[in-house]
Formats: sequence, structure tokens, C-alpha cells
Amino acid sequence: MRRSTYYAVGIVTALFLLSWLLRGWSLADERPDSYLRAFLVTVSAFLTLAIFSFLYKDNPFYKFAEHLFVGVSAAYWMCLGFWSTIVGNLFPRLSEEVSVFFKQPYQPGAYNIFYWTPVILGLFLLMRLSPKAGWLSRWPLAFIVGTTAGLNFIRYLRSDFIVQVSSTFVPLLGREPFQWQGIGDFLANFDLSATGQFAVLLTNWIIFVGVLCGLIYFFFSREHTGAFGAASRIGIWVLMITFGASFGYTVMGRISLLVGRLTFLFRDWLGWIT
Amino acid sequence: MSSSRLSCKRTKRGCPTSPLFGQVLAPASSRRCDLTARELPRNAKTCRTIVGRVPREAQRNKKPDIRLDIRLQDFQARLKTYTRHRITIRSLTALLLLLTALSGSQAQDNADSVLTSDLETSLAPAALPPAPVTELKAFDSKNDHGHSVTLNWRLSPDDGAGKNIVFAYEVYRWVPFFMDSLKSVREKLSQTESAIAELEVFEPPAKHLLNMHREGKPGKGFADSVKFYEDTLAASKRLLPEYRQQVDRLRDERDEGIDRIPSAHTSYPSEGEWRKVGTVVAGESRFENVGVKDKESADYLADNTPYYYRVDAVTVNPAVRSQSDVVGPVRSSGQWFNTGRVPVFVAVMVFGFLTVYFITRAKRGIDLYVRPLAGIDAVDDAIGRATEMGKPILYVLGLGTAADIATIASFTILGRVARRVAEYQTQLIVPCYDPIVMTVAQETVKAGFSDAGRPEAYNEDIVYFVTQSQFAYVAAVNGVMLRQLPATNVYMGRFYAESLILAETGALAGSIQIAGTDEIAQIPFFIVACDFTLIGEELYAASAYLGREPLLLGSLKAQDYAKAAVIALATAGIVAANLDWTWFTTLFRVSR
Repeated sequence: MRRSTYYAVGIVTALFLLSWLLRGWSLADERPDSYLRAFLVTVSAFLTLAIFSFLYKDNPFYKFAEHLFVGVSAAYWMCLGFWSTIVGNLFPRLSEEVSVFFKQPYQPGAYNIFYWTPVILGLFLLMRLSPKAGWLSRWPLAFIVGTTAGLNFIRYLRSDFIVQVSSTFVPLLGREPFQWQGIGDFLANFDLSATGQFAVLLTNWIIFVGVLCGLIYFFFSREHTGAFGAASRIGIWVLMITFGASFGYTVMGRISLLVGRLTFLFRDWLGWIT
Repeated sequence: MSSSRLSCKRTKRGCPTSPLFGQVLAPASSRRCDLTARELPRNAKTCRTIVGRVPREAQRNKKPDIRLDIRLQDFQARLKTYTRHRITIRSLTALLLLLTALSGSQAQDNADSVLTSDLETSLAPAALPPAPVTELKAFDSKNDHGHSVTLNWRLSPDDGAGKNIVFAYEVYRWVPFFMDSLKSVREKLSQTESAIAELEVFEPPAKHLLNMHREGKPGKGFADSVKFYEDTLAASKRLLPEYRQQVDRLRDERDEGIDRIPSAHTSYPSEGEWRKVGTVVAGESRFENVGVKDKESADYLADNTPYYYRVDAVTVNPAVRSQSDVVGPVRSSGQWFNTGRVPVFVAVMVFGFLTVYFITRAKRGIDLYVRPLAGIDAVDDAIGRATEMGKPILYVLGLGTAADIATIASFTILGRVARRVAEYQTQLIVPCYDPIVMTVAQETVKAGFSDAGRPEAYNEDIVYFVTQSQFAYVAAVNGVMLRQLPATNVYMGRFYAESLILAETGALAGSIQIAGTDEIAQIPFFIVACDFTLIGEELYAASAYLGREPLLLGSLKAQDYAKAAVIALATAGIVAANLDWTWFTTLFRVSR
């Protein structure tokens, strides 16, 4: 590392140490463990700013936060998977001795021979470590992919196909209270409000045309030319307008996350806002 | 009340189509129904509480916030009737008291008090029970795994008409006293098992601590607890075998009891009593007595057991009720087929037939056209660019599991990329979020290198696991993008909130970016930050387009036909909706 990097690291460390002491001193009247609390808040603030520093460019602080985050999370998920899934759920259903060894209450009525299936498949998966028996690891993969694909097939067919089709059954000429009674009645009661007859009919037409053209866009076994191509272009417009609305909606959600972090920095760490 | 508001005959519990349903409303108060005047007629067929229709002027009312006011008229009417009776009773009581005072006899006073009480009881509206429900039928619930009985009946003539005093219906099932002893066995068993579990969990650490103490390494403040631990361990040693024996005995007893449930019900009507199993509000004429199939549960409802039911019509005064005839015996049982899911079955069969048909055609060598996809055509160019620049290609499979369809499609594209990379001798980086996905990806890349005739170029480190934490994974991939500066980033699979972070970082690093996902909410981010984006099903089509395998091409062609069917059915459905052909729309109704 360059000398300037050392200086930067030293200055930042000193600033955060100072921040810790000041925060601990300011909390001393409120909490008995003020310095411990101040230390945790300061570390959180440091890690937050280290990640934010990526907006400038890649730097040692970001690297430190990234590696810490990746390492801690990898270890955390591994421990969680082992202790909650294998020790917490599997062993108490399989063996009294093993569950007592892991200090888990045994569930005698829950024993089922099929619980040995994940044990065996899990062991097969570990066979990857053996060059000779590595081929066995493909069995659990085939099992996972095959069973889930089969289960999802029915689920998707129901929710994305049949329910989707029936949701498209909308009255294009209106239904009560907007029963179509001729153009004269329509114009006499013309209304641009969101719950008016015009808005309801327009919505139904957009659903109908949007679904049809959207589906045509996703036809892959035919060239998109002529009337088919025109419908396809309308379909992509419908999709893009939908994506635009979705984009704006999600960005608003992200802004609220940013506000949450800034609130932490300015309230919990610096104490500038209450 | 505004002319746009409707009367609702449901009084005490509110409108069943409203979120307020089930809340006991204060008498003489009113609640607003969530149905707007414009929504109401659409729901009128299911909203059985609506007495009137929306007035024409209300329909044309241009105010968007018109709400229907559910007035508790019936309840008020009943309250008034009841109050009138009370007033009459009080008047008679006062008259009797006056007579008593005139006679001056204490004995007579007492007698009159009794008489007053009797009279009050006899004249109270409570003495007028409603007419009972009729035509009560009980049958096994259809399309389930058993353990459920459905009842329906004709409403009491005094529900919504006649005296209009029915408040609710209470459903009773005849239960033998034997079930109480079984319940008691279950409770004892549960308590004993809990006690054993506690002792088993307590024992090892307590022993460990005592051993440490004996070895002269007591923990801080532990000395005071030594006696407690020793006593508890001694008790545990003595009690555990006893408890285990007791558990074995209780389990046998419980299992025997469960086997005896059907025979115990045959003793009807002796050695048992009627117990309430549920309540439905007035106006409802259906109830489902759903139990569980877990024999160890207290709510277990045994199949093939003769059950007897009756339904009581009750008024606001729970003591005033009328009983229906008893119906039974009825037995529950499970069905092999759920007829409510026939539409799904038909769709599976049709789609399966189309897929097999087109796969067969593709295998015969008949050319099945797939239109070019810009995003996929760009992959080869991007690999070439990376080779020329001498920079790596980053392939991100997303956060999906190996069973997600998007991830499976991504594996096919990864195989193609790996083959090209091996041919061009370019570096490939595949950081993985899921360990199973990593394993499959390793196999895919290995196969790609072998197909290209360069198996020796394959390196296990090409595909590696990062972490299963979403944003930690993103941080790591971002680091790779900025440090190794890949020429091309390919994002194919299932993505969530990390999509924009990844794509923006890749754009900052100056990489060519190609993305594809079926997560609708994430596609916008890829569209704005990537050079090429495969939208939804294009991702699946891409795998067929690249692979040109008969299996994939055939299923792609079948999907196109399925879409054509959707268009045809949707058009027919719209015609049906406009012409009120409900028989057609109900064809697409799928039960749970």
C-alpha cells in the first residue's frame, strides 16, 4: 500500500475512535453500558460509511467492509443451516441418542423412514469430494431439479395459466352499474373520474388489448411482420409502460431504505436529529 | 341517510363481503360497507345481505367516494320489540306490587314476587323460540383428504322473515363421554413428554458444570447452585425411567383409544352428549366441520365414524332457541380425486400432448422456426470482445435455486457461453449464491469445456461459492466487477433487489451487459442499465434457441400453441362475460 493509504486509514481510525469516546461520554447519563453501546453504534456507522464509499470508487474501507460482510454472512448461514435444519429439525426425528447429544428434545412420534432420504441424498452430494464416487452427487441434483420442476408445473399452470385466463374475462361494454345502454346514455353521463363509466370501460379494454398484444410479443415460432408485428409492437409498448411504473414504484422503496440509513447516521450515531 | 346508501338486513355481524364482517357491532350504530355503489351490483349475487338495489340516481352519482351504509335496521327493530315487551312486563309488575301493598300481607308479597318473576319469564320475548331449521343434511365433504363433514339446511322461517328473531345457528355434534378420557390421556402424555424433554436438555450441561466444580474449577457464583444441581440431577435420575415407562403406557392407551373412536360413536344416543362444534350467522345455511388428520391432535376427526349432528336456531337471548331434527349417521372419508381441479388436469393433458407432439416432430428433423433474439445474438459478440480485450467474462446466475425455471434456463445459456469461452480461450468467472447451483454450474461449465474439446482448460475455481446472504453476495460480485474489470457481464436467472446494484456497477465498470430474468419487478432495472435484456419468457426461449435441441424446441413450440389457446379462450371469455354466459366462466374456476 502507498503511504497516503496508511495516512488515510490512520486519520479515519482516529476520527472513529474520537467519535466512540464522545458518543460514550454523551450516553453516560442515560445508560450504564454507554461505552459498549457507543462502540457498537460507531462500528455500525463506520461499516455504513465504508459501503457508501463505494459510490466514490473502490477503496480499502470498502474492501474491508465487503470481506467482513461476506465472511460473516457465509459463516452465519452455514451455522444456521446446520443448527436449525439438521440439528433442530432432522436429528430429533431420527435418533434419540443423536438428538440428546445435541441437547435437542427428541420427537418420538415424528419418526418417519422417509426422513432418511435427505440424509442419504445429502451424503451423495458430499461425494463430490471423492474423485471416484463424484458421479453420485448428480443423483440428488437430478432429484431436486426434477421434483421441483414437476411440482411447479402444476402450480404455474394453475396460477399463471388458468387463473390468468379467467382474470381476462372482463366486460368490454360494461356491466351494472355501467350497463351499456347506447351511446346516447354513455355521452349523457360521460364522466372522467377514476370510478366513472369511461374509466372502467377503458381499463377493461386496456386489459384485453394489453394481454393479447403482450402474448403475441412472446410468440417465438413466427416472424413478427405485418399485422402480427404491429400487435407485437403494441405488446412491447404495454410491457415498457408497465416496467416504467414498476421502476418508479421500486425506486421509491429504495429511497426509503436510504432514508433509514441516513436516519441511523444522523440520529443514532451523531445525535444531530431526534 | 343518503339516497345512495342501501339497507342491509345483516345486523349484528355486518356484511359478509366486508372486512368488518365478524365484528360485533354496537346496537343502533351503523357501519359503512366497503362496497361502493358502483361495485355493489357486480357483487350482488354473492352479497346475500343486500335488500335493495342501488337507486338509479346513486348509480349516476359522480362522487367517487360514495359508500353504502349498512344500517342495523333489523337489530334496532328487534331491540324496539324487546323494549316494548320489557315495558309491558314492568307495567304489570308495578300493578302487582301495588296490589300487594294494598293487601298489606307479607306472605302475599312473597307470592306475588314469585308470580311476577314467572310472569316476566313467560311474557319475555325469550319465551318465543324461533322456528327450527328444516331439511338438515350432513354429508362427507367432497374433494378433500377426509376428516371433514359438511352440513346444509333450510333457513328457519324466522330468519329474515316471520318473527325475524334468529341471530345465529349453532351446530352441535354428539360426542361420547369416552372422548373426554381420551383427551385426558393426550394431555397427560403431552405433559410427561415435555417433562422428559426438559430433563434431557437439562442433564448434560448440569453434569458438565458439576464435574467442573468437582475438579476445582467452579464458575463465578456457582457454589451456591451446586446443591440445586445435585438435587435436580438425582431427581432426574430417579424420575426419567418412571416418566419413560409412563409415556410408553400412555401412548399405548392413546393408540387404543383412537382405535375405539368409531365404536364409541355407535353407542348413540347413550353415554354421550351434544357439544357445540361451530356457529354461523343468521342467513347462512352451510357449515363445514373440519377436523385434522393427525391422530395425535386434539382436533382429530376420525374417518369412517358415525357422527350425528343437529343445528339450533338461536336468538339474541342464547337461552331461547329451537333445535332441528338430528341428522346422522354420517361418515367422513377422503377422495382420490379432487374434481374441483379438473381444469388443471385438462390443461396439463392438452399441454403435455402438444409438447410430446412437437418434440416428436423436432426429433424427426422437421425444422421448427425460432425468431432471433437480440440479447442472445449479442452473447457471441460479447465473448469475442472479451477475447480481443483480454479480459474475463462474468456470468451471474442470480439468487434462484437449482429448481427455479429461470436458473435451469440459465444453465443452458451458461453451457453455451462456457463452450465459446473454451474455444476462444477467454477467462470465465461464475460466482454463485447457492451451493447446489454452484454444483450444477460446475458440471455445466465442465461439460462446455469438454464439448469445445478443451477439457484440460477447465479449472474448478471458475465456478465458486460466495455466500447465501443477498447483499453480501452483491458486495462480493461488485468487488469482482471493479477489480477484475470483466469485458462482459451476463446476468441470467432469478434476481431480486440486487439487480440494479449489479447492473449499475457493471455499467460503471464499462462492461457490455446482457441480462435475462423472469422476475417482472426486476426487468425494468436491467432494461435501464444493461445493453441487452431478455424479458421473461425470452429467457426460456433463449435456451431453446441456443441449444437447438428437439426437447427444448418442441416445448417452445408447445408454449406458443398454449399462448394461442390463451388468446382464443380470453376472447371467448370476454364474449361470455359480456353476454353473461356464466357456464363458460365457471369452467375456469379451480378449487384449492
